[in-house]
Amino acid sequence: MHDMSAHAVQHHAPPTSFIRKYVFSLDHKVIGKQYYALALLAALSGMVLSWLMRIHLGWTNAAIPGLQLLSKNGAPGGVMTPEYYLQLMTMHGTIMVFFVLTTAPFAAFGNFFLPIQVGAEDMPFPRFNMMSFWVTFLAFVVLMSSFFLGDGPTLGGWTQYAPLNAVGSVGGPGQGLGVVLWALSIALFCIGQLLGALNFISSTLDLRVKGMSLMRLPLSAWGWFITSCMGLTAFAVLLPACILVILDHVAGTSFFVASSLVINDQLLPHSGGSTLLWQHLFWFFGHPEVYIAIVPGIGMVSHILITNMRKPMLSQRVLIYCMGALAVLSYMVYGHHMFVSGMNPFSSLAFSFPTLVITIPATIVVLIWTFSLYGSKLRINSASLFALGFISMFVSGGVSGFFLAQPSIDIMLHATYFVVGHFHMVMGVAAMFGIFAATYFWFPKMVGRMMNETLGKIHFWLSFVGAYCIFMPFHYLGMAGNVRRYSTFVNDFLQPLIPVHRLITIAALLTGVAQLIFVYNLIHSRFWGKPAPDNPWEGTSLEWSTATPPPWDNFGGKLPIVYHDPFQYGVQSSVGDYVMQASPEQVKTEHEEK
Amino acid sequence: MATTVYEPPKIDPDRLPDRGHSGNGGWRNLVPSDGDLHVALDYSPAPSSTAIWVVLFAITMMFAAFSSALFVRKGSSLDWRTFTLPSILYFNTLLLLASSVTLEVSRRRVATFMGGRKSQVESPARWLYITLFLGLLFVAGQYVAWLRLRAEGLYLATNPSSSFFYVLTATHALHVLGGLGGVVHVIRKLSNSALRRSTLDATARYWHFMGGLWLYLLFLLWMKL
Repeated sequence: MHDMSAHAVQHHAPPTSFIRKYVFSLDHKVIGKQYYALALLAALSGMVLSWLMRIHLGWTNAAIPGLQLLSKNGAPGGVMTPEYYLQLMTMHGTIMVFFVLTTAPFAAFGNFFLPIQVGAEDMPFPRFNMMSFWVTFLAFVVLMSSFFLGDGPTLGGWTQYAPLNAVGSVGGPGQGLGVVLWALSIALFCIGQLLGALNFISSTLDLRVKGMSLMRLPLSAWGWFITSCMGLTAFAVLLPACILVILDHVAGTSFFVASSLVINDQLLPHSGGSTLLWQHLFWFFGHPEVYIAIVPGIGMVSHILITNMRKPMLSQRVLIYCMGALAVLSYMVYGHHMFVSGMNPFSSLAFSFPTLVITIPATIVVLIWTFSLYGSKLRINSASLFALGFISMFVSGGVSGFFLAQPSIDIMLHATYFVVGHFHMVMGVAAMFGIFAATYFWFPKMVGRMMNETLGKIHFWLSFVGAYCIFMPFHYLGMAGNVRRYSTFVNDFLQPLIPVHRLITIAALLTGVAQLIFVYNLIHSRFWGKPAPDNPWEGTSLEWSTATPPPWDNFGGKLPIVYHDPFQYGVQSSVGDYVMQASPEQVKTEHEEK
Repeated sequence: MATTVYEPPKIDPDRLPDRGHSGNGGWRNLVPSDGDLHVALDYSPAPSSTAIWVVLFAITMMFAAFSSALFVRKGSSLDWRTFTLPSILYFNTLLLLASSVTLEVSRRRVATFMGGRKSQVESPARWLYITLFLGLLFVAGQYVAWLRLRAEGLYLATNPSSSFFYVLTATHALHVLGGLGGVVHVIRKLSNSALRRSTLDATARYWHFMGGLWLYLLFLLWMKL
């Protein structure tokens, strides 16, 4: 006996009302765009916060016009206090890690393209999918509201270490209501991403069209699938951690605050809590989160490079296994964030070893890219340039990871700008370049218009040079002993390094302005760009087989059948040097013909 | 790399329709060769059979995190006070296990009922209602347990042991309420004759899991509190 009703309940009718079409839409494509818009808004907010911090680091006493309007106490006369610097830093980190690096590469592009690439009409649970976005949006609103409520956002950093996260307002501005709003926002975010992961996993396993075996999924789909598995495990652990923090605040429990703690001359009523417990729970999520940000990028960049190289990767299968290995190992390495936390040194050793091991799949991925690129006639466009930029940032940022993986070196570098430079390059900028590459590549399919290539290339070169100017000196600062998280280096041994900070600030401002070119290109192309053909890049995966932009049920009532492996380039077919997955045409490779 | 052109998978008439074991290429591999959407919908996939495992995995991770927090917190300080669990918890356990049995009875009856042999068995809805009732009774029983602890002066913030008791039982009770929502959904679909087998199976798996999870939590609380 099979399904008891003849109609599939998970498929929804074409939307008719404005609300169902554009606001509370059940369509995965609209939800993907909504996620993209949210990520763009968050990225711009996070970037402005970084500008404010950088200006303060370079010119400590300079007043930033208008800043006092945002917080009268935090920036009297436009000069930010050390506490307000930390509040901005916390919000920058939280916004960027959660609402940009998780939502854009994974939730935005994954939502739009995963169902199409597997050949489904929609996600299996469209209502959960809609809830996933709106809960995430609510999480963003709650987080941003902390700017305007109480004494501002929390200052504990995006990692919100205990006991500072649980001591209450005695810990400083934003440590009362600010932390509660932060924890509530992240708890909501976790729920949103769990709902998303549910849809991603079910789509990939259950909704593949005829002929679409797992190994025939394009690499980008593999990236999203593996990321959703990671998200499922990681966010399910962060959620209870956030619940416990909220309880420590509002219910007076003592999960994270130790006994007899005196802060600002005040004895706290809590007793016996474990501060390390938070770090364990947080980093069990936190390290996989790094891979949640980067693995979709690895998948998308591979997909984009193959399409522009016009030949398959050396081994698609090994790339998939490497992404899977990164996902599995990411859960075994989290303790390397805690080398200086007072953890048992034997634990440090146990976490150091897998941290070195995880560089192996990452290195294999880079080698596959490099040797596949060797000798290929790469089509240079904005998407492929950003894909190359992704590799460059991933390698440059990743190399410093070798040093940090060793406890003896990490103890010296942990609290310095070296680590800040490391994670900004390998996870932040690399993931951003992946997002840009994906945007230039898939924008035509998403909105039906081409982006401006010239502006895209200008955007790339300014961003590429700018990112190196910002983050390479961070490593130098770190090795010179420049501690992180401090709001000012005037009148101490770090004063001679201030010119370096000023250089970084100027680079950050200019690189930030360059991003406005991208935003202009995005908006201008959306309305006035050249109309896009169905398959502008001569791609092979299923999204290029359907109309541009795809109809509401993705394939216009006819499901495709998959006949080929995902990246059949370098062949002779009736359409050119490629054959699409959904084309029944039998082709031979040039190699076979010889 | 050689281009591989595969024939589309052949449809095996003996395997039609699939009974819900998705994963091996997915249900959609059963779509007839012309790829017609409407025919495809007749063999509509049952992603709920996969999705329910995804949900159960997430819940497992969540309670694993709570459990490890309990172990670490208990070991980190000497302020842990033990207390005797309210005896009503054991009665509640019986209720929850009994509700699993009634749901299983109704699941089997639905199969026969929807298989066209209506006259031979009574409507399975009655057993679903009993399940619903037992589930609600379980949640009410948990509430009584909280009241008992309050009467003893054990509140959420009194001691880490009571904190964990409330957190674990309340989180579990919320998930049980979610499962009851699933049972209500099944009853509604059954009354509209639009119930999918996979929906019922998923609800049953979730419900049985709630029972198993409760047994684990009871054991944990009994050992550690």
